[in-house]
Amino acid sequence: MDRAQDYRRRRETVGEWPIAVTSYRIGDEYYCAVDNVSPGACLCRATAGTREEAEEQALRKAREMVARTRTLPT
Amino acid sequence: MADYAHPEAIVGTDWVAQHRGDANLRLVEVDVDTAAYGEGHIPGALAWNWTTQLCDTVQRDILSKDKFEALMEQSGIGNDTTVVLYGDNNNWFGAWALWQMKIYGHRDVRLMNGGRKKWLEEGREITRDVPSYPRAGYRAEKSDLSIRAFKPEVDDAVRRRTAGLVDVRSPDEFTGRIVAPPGLPETAQRGGHIPGAKNIPWASACNDDGTFKSVDALRRLYEEQGITPDRPAIAYCRIGERSSHTWFVLKYLLGYEDVKNYDGSWTEWGNLVGAPVEKQAA
Repeated sequence: MDRAQDYRRRRETVGEWPIAVTSYRIGDEYYCAVDNVSPGACLCRATAGTREEAEEQALRKAREMVARTRTLPT
Repeated sequence: MADYAHPEAIVGTDWVAQHRGDANLRLVEVDVDTAAYGEGHIPGALAWNWTTQLCDTVQRDILSKDKFEALMEQSGIGNDTTVVLYGDNNNWFGAWALWQMKIYGHRDVRLMNGGRKKWLEEGREITRDVPSYPRAGYRAEKSDLSIRAFKPEVDDAVRRRTAGLVDVRSPDEFTGRIVAPPGLPETAQRGGHIPGAKNIPWASACNDDGTFKSVDALRRLYEEQGITPDRPAIAYCRIGERSSHTWFVLKYLLGYEDVKNYDGSWTEWGNLVGAPVEKQAA
């Protein structure tokens, strides 16, 4: 039976928008998911042999997505 | 959890670890991110896909009674089965599934406090094995619409203040500064909120580990904004899933008698021609 190991969660910002990067290892693979904190919807995920690779892949796509967020006058 | 109004509606990860093999228990994972289950899940848990299995895929609606019964039957869930739901994002769609199960009268359905995140973070056992269970017989009740709000009731809440409206989206969505959460597609023509709504983001009800706050903290959170147990409340968000989380808090943790989820939410209201919209901050 597997377990998630080395579970980590940290925050970054893309422009003004906070994102959260969650990564952990299951077996020999590292999994990374990036969410938009508010509300916390998953933007993208990646799987790779190392934590760094998994985070880099997921973050690259997440940054592109978040950067497209349109703000309007209130 | 004993202080909550309905402690039977929620279980901890310890409880699930001890009871996951019980014959009359069915665990179901419901994630926002439907790929998460495939990475690994609680042994014995099934998955329901909210985009295909918990909605009508032709018209915008929840499951019909027939389709709900079929989903229960193929999941090996009978009317007397104890169902424990959990998922990512602190149980957003776990709560969405629970809300639909209550609409169709399932008696014993509970949320696992903290959801998938807490289970993983605690390093508990997971598997990629997908279980199968013998088909069950299921007979759903007539839909209970006392927990579901439609637009006319929201109109009444706006015009006659018949219910407290709780907008559970982020402050930037509430003011219309953004129309959709960062990184997600815009699904409404206008930004802002339903007039008279209070902005109490869904996540305000959770601790950092995804578990629900104490009953005292929750009571303060809502009552200080005028959402009190003595009058009806209607929760909404963008598509009705975050608000089902808040609906669960008000209904089962705080014991509000009359609370509804407006699943039309902002994707309905923000696209209506002529519907009044406010944009000022809370």
